[in-house]
Amino acid sequence: MEVLKSDSLPIRTSEDMVSVRTSVRKFATELRFGIVDQTKIVTAASEIARNTLDYGRGGDLRMEALSNGTKRGLRLIFTDRGPGIRDIERALTDGFTSGNGMGLGLGGTRRLMDEFEIASKVNEGTTVTITKWSR
Amino acid sequence: MSTSRIPEILRKHEAALLDDWTREQNQLGDISHRLSEADLRAQSRRFLQLLQEAATRGDAADTDTEAFREVRRFLEEVSASRAALGFSPSETATFVFSFKQPLFNQIRASLPSAEDQLAEIWTATLLLDKLGLYTMETYQKTRESIIARQQEEMLELSTPVVKLWDGVLALPIIGTLDSSRTQTIMENLLEKIVETGSELAIIDITGVPTVDTLTAQHLLKTVTAARLMGAECIISGIRPQIAQTIVHLGVELGDIITKASLADAFRIAMQRTGHVVVRKAATSRL
Repeated sequence: MEVLKSDSLPIRTSEDMVSVRTSVRKFATELRFGIVDQTKIVTAASEIARNTLDYGRGGDLRMEALSNGTKRGLRLIFTDRGPGIRDIERALTDGFTSGNGMGLGLGGTRRLMDEFEIASKVNEGTTVTITKWSR
Repeated sequence: MSTSRIPEILRKHEAALLDDWTREQNQLGDISHRLSEADLRAQSRRFLQLLQEAATRGDAADTDTEAFREVRRFLEEVSASRAALGFSPSETATFVFSFKQPLFNQIRASLPSAEDQLAEIWTATLLLDKLGLYTMETYQKTRESIIARQQEEMLELSTPVVKLWDGVLALPIIGTLDSSRTQTIMENLLEKIVETGSELAIIDITGVPTVDTLTAQHLLKTVTAARLMGAECIISGIRPQIAQTIVHLGVELGDIITKASLADAFRIAMQRTGHVVVRKAATSRL
């Protein structure tokens, strides 16, 4: 697997959310994802970026344009140094939220993307890695 | 009282300083397309006069004092007008910083002892650095207030509630639905419902690029609030990609009526309010 291009963005304020969505959409368009996949990727990015901001007290996004020979892919890595997630299984359950959202963000993102990984340590932070491959 | 020789130098060599300074500013960058030579010279002359008065009355190295109030006020004007004219922060601060060279030269020429020269140049550096930084700070503040005003304007502009028919309102949403904007949108809609006594409101999201769970939650809350006021909502402008995304996210829109286009929603609204839309040619054929 080859990384064709990468870029990083801060997620510190709600204004950063707008640039996250815009930049992710630009990456997805460049990788020639269709409009449906573009929308799915941007929506997923919006969900996780909001978690990074609201629950992780801000963090960073790394975007990678990938190629595995036959397919193109877009990988988004969200990192924060927030309080971490105590029970990941529970956090992934639809309808569960520790805040006042709908509790569908993590589960929904897993359904929107092809690959979904979450690594978290209490009091150290959380990293969410999501990937979408071209069809 | 100031023991510095700077006020005296400023007073004695005002004309020469002004000439040197204007030349210096012109050399540093061509700004003539935004600010005329005459205006620049007038600005420079005014600054020299105010600086001289202030340095005579107060301590030349302490610009926060009452003596420098007029100087600070003048610099605020300069940076505000330059910000409005599209000057960059460094071009704006250059106004003050470019005065260093002429002033240093004049200090060197006026004072015989090297020690005195050094002391006065140090004082002049402190003075002009502070004033230059003050200009930058004011420039920044002006820009921030412009941005804040634009944000407010956008908030106002982007949330119009329009009346489509008696009892039917439309709310075309454009942009993202973050929480502070949603609040404004919701308030506008609810107020308009009361004001017009409308029973139906069409919320059109054609202009919303991303519908994530937070956006969906805001939409649902708006619909619920409208219902409590006795109005039913139709959400229109749901494009195919948005529909698929909502399904994958697992968001349930419940019993809210949704339509692909505003036209479809309007047709439903007409039916609901007991209207029939008929083409004139078709009726005449009957």
